[in-house]
Amino acid sequence: MPPERGNELTTTTIQTEQKTNSAMPELILRVQGVSKRYGSVTALKDMQFELRPGEVHVLFGENGAGKSTLINVISGAIRPNEGTLQVAGKPVDFHSVHDARAHGIAAMFQEFSLAPHLSVEENVFLGSEPSAGIWLKRGERRRLVQEAMAQFGFELDSQKQVIHLTRAQAQMVEMTKALMVNPRILILDEPTASLSQRETEAMFELVHKLRAQGVGIIYITHRIKEIEEIGDRVTVMRDGMYIDTVDVATSSHDTLVELMTGRSFESFYPDIKHEPGEVRLKIHELASQSGGVQHCSLEVRAREIVGLAGLVGCGKSRIGRAVFGLEKVASGEITVNGEKITQATPRKMLAKGVAYVTSDRHKEGLMLARSTKENLTLTSLSQPNLSSKGWLKTRQEKTFAQSLGERMSVKPLALTKPVSAYSGGNQQKVLIGKSLAREANVIIFDEPTVGVDVGARVEVYQFLKELAEAGAAIVIISSDMPEVLNMSHRLYVVRDGMIVDSMDKADIDETRVLQGFFGTEDTQLQNNLEGARHE
Amino acid sequence: MSDGIVPAPQQKLRNLIRYGFINLGILPFLLVGSILFFGLQEERFLSSLNLFNVARHSTFLIIIAMGQMVVLLTAGLDLSVGAIVGFAGVVTGLVLQSILGANPEAFAMVVPVAVLCGVLAGMLVGSVNGFGVAILGVPPFMMTLGTMTSLVGISLSFTSGLPITGIPDRYMELLGYGRILGILPAIWITGILFVLVWLLLNQTTVGRYFYSVGSNIRASQLSGINTVKQLMLAYIFSGAMAGLTGVLFVARTGSAEALNGSNYSLQSVAACVIGGVSLFGGSGKVRDVLLGAIFITLLTNGMNLTRVESYVQQIVLGLVLILALVADQIRTKMLS
Repeated sequence: MPPERGNELTTTTIQTEQKTNSAMPELILRVQGVSKRYGSVTALKDMQFELRPGEVHVLFGENGAGKSTLINVISGAIRPNEGTLQVAGKPVDFHSVHDARAHGIAAMFQEFSLAPHLSVEENVFLGSEPSAGIWLKRGERRRLVQEAMAQFGFELDSQKQVIHLTRAQAQMVEMTKALMVNPRILILDEPTASLSQRETEAMFELVHKLRAQGVGIIYITHRIKEIEEIGDRVTVMRDGMYIDTVDVATSSHDTLVELMTGRSFESFYPDIKHEPGEVRLKIHELASQSGGVQHCSLEVRAREIVGLAGLVGCGKSRIGRAVFGLEKVASGEITVNGEKITQATPRKMLAKGVAYVTSDRHKEGLMLARSTKENLTLTSLSQPNLSSKGWLKTRQEKTFAQSLGERMSVKPLALTKPVSAYSGGNQQKVLIGKSLAREANVIIFDEPTVGVDVGARVEVYQFLKELAEAGAAIVIISSDMPEVLNMSHRLYVVRDGMIVDSMDKADIDETRVLQGFFGTEDTQLQNNLEGARHE
Repeated sequence: MSDGIVPAPQQKLRNLIRYGFINLGILPFLLVGSILFFGLQEERFLSSLNLFNVARHSTFLIIIAMGQMVVLLTAGLDLSVGAIVGFAGVVTGLVLQSILGANPEAFAMVVPVAVLCGVLAGMLVGSVNGFGVAILGVPPFMMTLGTMTSLVGISLSFTSGLPITGIPDRYMELLGYGRILGILPAIWITGILFVLVWLLLNQTTVGRYFYSVGSNIRASQLSGINTVKQLMLAYIFSGAMAGLTGVLFVARTGSAEALNGSNYSLQSVAACVIGGVSLFGGSGKVRDVLLGAIFITLLTNGMNLTRVESYVQQIVLGLVLILALVADQIRTKMLS
């Protein structure tokens, strides 16, 4: 990083602070000194945040930075341990989401809070149905919902069951629900994550309209492009703490990323030697029964890290799962270490030296209530070093877990404690350790650092480097752009279950990757990014 | 907090209790408490004759509860164990009757065959349960409720609704009221099974996999564990334990009836739960299940001796069960 960048950053901060001071009286929301602890884990620490009417204020930070906790506090879903909230200058203390709503705060969460078997209109008014006594006023409810949707430009059948809607449509319902109360403060949690380009534009238009009406909008996104397109100010969070608030107009892409990660790219991602050896994993014209993977061909060599990049839900993860036998294969070939694989199951693939680190460590990775030791050794328990003829070698198991935990630098290493007591980062290390406890030379990492703090992230990257340089063939499947861009020796771009582009390390370029994501030659986007770079 | 003014010894005791509660759960306190209570109320309670009685009475429940525990560990539930006790008893009774009817001299051969048939009958029912749960994906509650219901019908039709009597006295002596080194066969068997189950759960891969399947079945699959096999094994094991109990039941009572042991389904779950086995799977210790089963028997026995009426006994049992669950919740909170 050139040193000027740091200076530029400081001046921006000072300017922002001055502006904030002069704008103090008209703040619509002020969060001060808010902390939230869960047992020994601190999710939020001395957080501050402010929102003016008619602004789009972006919350920016990595997974696990505390964004969700903060919006949960603001929307009344959880109560902080410390700190105060002020709405329009008056101190408030929310006991429930209902409380917050009464103060004009509405939230649209990424995970929908819709009842799938109820209709659109029933969902919109769920909990606040227009009624006379105990009788519902169905006609009025329908009229109100239809009026509102017409006003926002949503075209939806209000009597349809939510379960039959697409994700984007369900999101419209969620949005309508949030807006029915005429909020002064609207929280949008990654509203465009599942939207198409056209729907995204419609969403932006709506946000602009609301902003013009003086609604304060808290907007969470991971996409830097969106920040530039729609944000007025950005508050950056890291490790549950407030880092800085900057104006979008005056800060660059790199500044934001640096603020978010707390370091520059150079120190964040290790330099991994690339001396590709023999082909370890080869996929030829693979298609899955679900249709989620089509015409997919790729190969991974020893001492090489291959990245699969793509939007959430593009099917990149299914490719890895198909190799490990978690996705049924319809046609095509998978070859591991020269051997053709048919009817893959996890059991079989583990025996062939393939390891898979799942993206969902809670659902299919760890036994949360069991001890760290048992988690670490589960995969390799059947191996001769840990058992013979079905009898456990308990002493060996303990030393094995101890050394594996140390190797993964799980800190502090407590073998007998349930793994649920650990933070996300340590849990992820246990997960990786567990998956690699058996000899493996093809290793598939599905979202290797999801929900992991910065420190642990660096350690995971270092570990990947060691594995690759020791001879493993590694696949990283990731929705985290910088990660997959910087870690891969070769990068495949996945869209709609197909590999649409591939590039070598030297050619890896964010713009090209994004074009692959969306399937566009979006010059507008390119200009934006170029502009951001040169600022 | 008033901790500061509490004198040191009392403080120590309190810490000890707290430590014990967190590490061992509420069960030891319930056990000690009830022994003290009934011991003071009724001098016969602590007589060796009565304690012997409690041991004898608790054996069946202990054996069934250990089988139930393995199913609970896999996040399942086996409601059919009570019906299996009756069914296995009927099978044993029929085998004894038919072989000895044809050839009264064949006693040495017939006992092992009858016992084996009883246990196999239990395992057969267990494998039906396992097939439904593991392969067809029927929820354990419904699956075992179904087998339980049909099984009672099957047992009744086998016996035309009448108890099978005329169980040979030598059979009853051998497995029922006889003594081996001064101890009842059922107690020997329970003790040996306890050691075996402890070894199974703590020293073998299969045992560990019961915990892992119950704790997170997806994670177990991804770790290369054959989860279908584990689930099948759990229900078959539970069926075998209940079947063996059926065999012993006939030896103790001298008659095989379809409805023998029907109380054990829920009692075995209660013993496990009081012993700290999680109904959501993945955690529990066989030692505590043993204590849980003994505690339930002890409580019933104590209430019988102090002439508590039987419906009041039910109220007390229910309340104790709820108390144990509440205490477990508190303990979980204190642990974290």
